[in-house]
Amino acid sequence: MGVVRPFRLRPVGPHSRQSETEVNLMAHAFFGGVHPKDMKAMSCDKAIEVFPAPKQVVIPMSQHIGAPCKPLVKKGDTVTVGQKIGDNAGMCVPVHASVSGTVLAVEPRPYTGGTDVMSVVIENDFQDTLCPEIAPRQSIESLSSDELTGIIHEAGIAGMGGAQFPTHVKISSGIGKVDTIIVNSAECEPYITADDRLMREMPEKVIAGLNVIKKIFGLDKAYIGIEDNKPQAAAALNAAKSDADGIEVCVLHTRYPQGAEKQLIQAVTDRQVPPGGLPASVGCAVFNVATVKAVYDAVYLGMPLVKRVVTVTGSAMKDTRNYMTPIGTPFQALVDAAGGFATDPYKVLTGGPMMGIAQHTLTVPVIKGTNAVTCFSQQDNIEVANPHCIRCGKCVGVCPMHLMPLMMFRSERKGDVENLDALHILDCIECGSCAYTCPAGIHLVQSFKIAKQKLKDAQAAAKA
Amino acid sequence: MDTNIEKKADQATPAAAQPAAPKPAAPKSAPAPSYNLTVSVSPHVHSAESTRSIMLDVLIALMPALIGACFFFGMRALTLTAVSAAGCVFFEWVYRKAMKLDCTVGDCSAIVTGVLLAFVCPVTTPYWTILIGDAFAILLVKQLFGGIGQNFMNPALAARAFMFSWAVIMTTWVVPGTAVSVFGANADATTAATALSYMHTGALPDGISLSSLFTGFAGGCLGETSAMLLLIGGVYLVLRKVISPRIPLVYIATVAVLTFLFPQGNDRLVWMGYQLFGGGLMLGAIFMATDYVTSPVTKNGQLIYAIGCGLITVFIRYFGSYAEGVSYSILLMNACVFLFDKLGRPQRFGVLKTKKEGER
Ligand code: SF4
Ligand code: SF4
Repeated sequence: MGVVRPFRLRPVGPHSRQSETEVNLMAHAFFGGVHPKDMKAMSCDKAIEVFPAPKQVVIPMSQHIGAPCKPLVKKGDTVTVGQKIGDNAGMCVPVHASVSGTVLAVEPRPYTGGTDVMSVVIENDFQDTLCPEIAPRQSIESLSSDELTGIIHEAGIAGMGGAQFPTHVKISSGIGKVDTIIVNSAECEPYITADDRLMREMPEKVIAGLNVIKKIFGLDKAYIGIEDNKPQAAAALNAAKSDADGIEVCVLHTRYPQGAEKQLIQAVTDRQVPPGGLPASVGCAVFNVATVKAVYDAVYLGMPLVKRVVTVTGSAMKDTRNYMTPIGTPFQALVDAAGGFATDPYKVLTGGPMMGIAQHTLTVPVIKGTNAVTCFSQQDNIEVANPHCIRCGKCVGVCPMHLMPLMMFRSERKGDVENLDALHILDCIECGSCAYTCPAGIHLVQSFKIAKQKLKDAQAAAKA
Repeated sequence: MDTNIEKKADQATPAAAQPAAPKPAAPKSAPAPSYNLTVSVSPHVHSAESTRSIMLDVLIALMPALIGACFFFGMRALTLTAVSAAGCVFFEWVYRKAMKLDCTVGDCSAIVTGVLLAFVCPVTTPYWTILIGDAFAILLVKQLFGGIGQNFMNPALAARAFMFSWAVIMTTWVVPGTAVSVFGANADATTAATALSYMHTGALPDGISLSSLFTGFAGGCLGETSAMLLLIGGVYLVLRKVISPRIPLVYIATVAVLTFLFPQGNDRLVWMGYQLFGGGLMLGAIFMATDYVTSPVTKNGQLIYAIGCGLITVFIRYFGSYAEGVSYSILLMNACVFLFDKLGRPQRFGVLKTKKEGER
């Protein structure tokens, strides 16, 4: 553990003057934020287990931001592990079969995003027949940036931290602009331990994957941002890297939402991404640690993204697990394999409690961005009847985007769209820090989602 | 209740929430047990703090001063405070009931108003007077504007200003140590001059030592006399993160600097000490100026507000017709909070200061 040290980096480049007051005082921290109980002790000591093969998987055709895939298989087809079953032109990331077997159906199914999407349902034959095209690569030295990006695209990799932005697009649009690569290992959401376990158990894959990304960008330095509540993971990464890698593990003070892209960039480099801008506009590219590991699998093993680590946890569970889970595994199968519910579930979330989406059914499958299935019992009910804002200003103090949530809430209630824009509501990253902290218990994030929609509608109407 | 939440959630996120209707296409091979799952928008966890817990913390912080008041002025301090708190709760309950609104008595904010109002009245105030004050504070200042969080003036201070219609009652100070009777009127009270009334004439108070002002053994309103006990409460509130020390510190510092720079009498420091501990400054700075509803929510706004409170307090004390300026200065600043929040609005994330001004 001796190598773990607090990280400090002087602001560099033309962006160093970006941040004035707040940021320089508390150099290398973002503004605001909250300290929810991290609850990671429930599952952080559970080693990653290979999930017992599910009978059936449901693979949605849209697991990324961009154009949905068109199914390449039809009912009755036989598929193999890693076989491409959906693709499309444009900004699209292909999807692959995660088990071998027969296609049962190609139809819309519920998925974690809420609505039903076109999905391929595969009945597992338990043979694990590998797609013949999959072959490990001996050396990647001779591959060009374009070729490597192509491999990442073909492997179906999209951001695995939850946002599911196509990784190949992030890379190709960032080449030339990016001078700093940051790996997001913050895992600031409470309860989730999937990335923690991944780093502890496969640090060398993370480092190798990161070296590939460095090679693509032609950079010789990279940073891994990790919170100080994961000392073993940080130590494992430090032990796995060699000096020649030029990789710096930055241990950051634990605070939510450290893992939000803009906040992580601020914490590691002291740069602020301008409103509406992409990280590349301040020379940064951020990759989730699970994504980096998927890059390793794709480039070295030739294996597309068909599995990921999922934490199954929460107060409603009898027991907790970290599973290496085939994409498409229904939540119900995960819960059952982990020992089932101890009490009736009150809420089931995909992801953690700060930004996770509550599900109405357990038939929804694990997708590329699913890092956890969090099951809450009634004891986690936090509803307050008739909340009244008391103007305590705590929401203003914790908003990492420097917004004024109470004003935004009031404007949304009044339907004052103009003021919503003046309050920069579109800057809101929906991190939930304000609602977490609001003593009145107001559904602030819910209000902002409505408000953003209203504002976007009004803007569209104004244009038309 | 749960179903309500579900409905709300559905409207909230067009893409994120679907009614929990069972889907016809549910896989046959794995008959999914159906659960009564609640769908709501994130976040799904909450800090331990609630409006009620905050108000209870404020009440706890006021306790040392209340106990002190009983010691200085007798048990009437306690009964008057209790009557005032009960009055506020009663008026709040009646109004919410009569207007068919949800009952907000449970958040304890009315109790805080009641206690604070008692704290800024002389211990000899008749019960009927304070009940009128309660009614004014709760009905006119708080509820008429929509209840908790909506009023723009501190209810306790506004009610106190209103109660000055009975000027004699409101300026009768008993000598500390006189146990004022719990029931009788205030006829038997011996009046004492307060430190401020001396200083208003430009002289250091006669026979009131600075240390007795600090501990609270001095004439004045029920709960304002003991700087020491109020400061203990203030430290508690800061430690519990109920308030930030910004407003009280800046407010008190502004008064300190001004009175130090413009002393009357020989010794600057002593003059400053009397100004700081001799009136309602501690109660005002720690408990009144920090009232959430009527103070700015932004850091910079709070700074301007607190400096403004300090300036006007000293101004009234030096040049006004009243000896005390704390409550009027806070009320005045309350009215400008909207402006301060505009001025103090945080810098937009990712935008340079200079650029922002150019943008406008
Ligand atoms: S306003 Fe948006 S960005 Fe700010 S704390 Fe609330 S959810 Fe987060
Ligand atoms: S935290 Fe809640 S109660 Fe406090 S000002 Fe913000 S919205 Fe109002």
